[in-house]
Amino acid sequence: MKIRAQLQGDVADVKVLMFHPMETGLRKDPVTGEIIPLHFIRRVIATHNGKTVMDAQWSQAVSKNPFVNFRIRGAKPGDKITVNWEDNAGEKASIEATLN
Amino acid sequence: MIPLRRTNPPNSLLVAALVTASLAGPAVASPEQDRATFITLYREKFPSVPLENYVNGALMLSGDAQSQFDSIMEFPPFQGDIDRGRTLWEAPFRNGKTFAGCFANGGHNIAGNYPYYDAVGDKVVTFEMDINRCLRDNGEAEYKFDDKATMGLITAYARTLSDGMAVDVHVEGAAALAKYEQGKKLYFTRIGQYNFACASCHLFNAGKILRTEILSASVGQTTHWPVFRGGDNLNTLHMRYRRCMEQMRASPFPAGGEELNSLEYFQSYLSNGLPMRASVYRK
Amino acid sequence: MKTQPPSGKSSRREFSRALALGSAYVATFAAGWLRPFQSLAAEWNKTAFDAKVLADALKSIGAASVIESDQVQLKAPEIAENGAIVPVEITSRIPDTQTIYVFADKNPQPLVAIFDIAAGLEPFISTRIKMGESSKIRVLVKAAGKFYVATQEVKVTIGGCGG
Repeated sequence: MKIRAQLQGDVADVKVLMFHPMETGLRKDPVTGEIIPLHFIRRVIATHNGKTVMDAQWSQAVSKNPFVNFRIRGAKPGDKITVNWEDNAGEKASIEATLN
Repeated sequence: MIPLRRTNPPNSLLVAALVTASLAGPAVASPEQDRATFITLYREKFPSVPLENYVNGALMLSGDAQSQFDSIMEFPPFQGDIDRGRTLWEAPFRNGKTFAGCFANGGHNIAGNYPYYDAVGDKVVTFEMDINRCLRDNGEAEYKFDDKATMGLITAYARTLSDGMAVDVHVEGAAALAKYEQGKKLYFTRIGQYNFACASCHLFNAGKILRTEILSASVGQTTHWPVFRGGDNLNTLHMRYRRCMEQMRASPFPAGGEELNSLEYFQSYLSNGLPMRASVYRK
Repeated sequence: MKTQPPSGKSSRREFSRALALGSAYVATFAAGWLRPFQSLAAEWNKTAFDAKVLADALKSIGAASVIESDQVQLKAPEIAENGAIVPVEITSRIPDTQTIYVFADKNPQPLVAIFDIAAGLEPFISTRIKMGESSKIRVLVKAAGKFYVATQEVKVTIGGCGG
């Protein structure tokens, strides 16, 4: 996962890129010919200084290596922003950025 | 497929001069005259498009497509691949040296000088060839030109070190000119069962729609490689050349071979002055 | 900025608990990768995401009636360069926007994403979605118990040569 957070006045513009195949369960492995199982991020939660500001639920139709951009009000230098995701297989990842 | 052959080029005299020079020789136009001719032809077709936009290929003709590109490039889905390329670039060789030590400026602002003509070996040298020379000089195994996991990834990162650099390719002396002319000849030679030359689509019919695709202009086509098609499929310039040839039902020249090196040399010269930008999204 | 490694089982359980207990739950973790946070929604809305037709998906989220509104702004391509990666940007000017829903009407499952928005977040989301075929992108905004909608037709073509 990668995060870029930029303070513009008191608004933090946060861009996040997650590395995930977002398999639809409809695709065949080009080598084996077998169906690649459904595998996708289904929950994304963003916090600002520990307080949840965005709570997203996703389907497999979010693009591979998902991108999301959101904006947090009332932000200031030193504030911490975290993004956590969990996929349908129970895998998780988390990232934190400090505003400057 | 739409027949393209009966097209009347907008400036037939200029085109006649170009084609005659390239196919019949001796060369009457200098590379600089060629570049001017191409730009004049494109300007007639696209009077409102600034030259620097040509690096965006067919996107320059569609605000809708350009807007998708800009949005995707804000944080491209292939950023992880660029990062892996960086790891390759920065990893020390067994002798402790690195790629940066093989290139002027540590590899910054150099990619726009490729390809160049090497008089000692009488050959066109691409950036990929100098990556391999660096490996060789340091006792490491060379990369295959069409291996996405090595040559693809490392150039996907290493060219970003030249982002914003103006392309500055030189053709000086008769021997260099001969290589340039070889590339130019290939550009104008009809190939394959479809019997199209590069020029058929990308010079004479640039901007027109073939099936669902807008044909891009040849100026600016070499400035942004590798590209990630669909956001995840790395393609080097030579892979793209080969794909183009396959689509014309021609047997493609090898990646990293003399023919495609010369074509790249010719085309890169046409892009002189345009900004480098790696690596980019294409659909 | 740093990325924490994937967790062990214990934090996985705690994550599930955090989700299950909903918005009242404020977790405190002594250690582990997971930052404490509260969730705004209860659980992943399986019924809505599994719905194969738009009407069923709308029903599952409680959107029995929707109001067309130019206060919901949707930026999406007219012709998608590639159906696998369609940029979509949503801005709501409806006061007290709570939730933004994104649908691609003709996808095998039309509901693509739900974004619950807390008070500290601007009612703005930009993301990228997959579209199987030409269809409407439909954005619903939930505010004060009502649903507002904006749509845009997006043409998806399969590239022949590709440039």
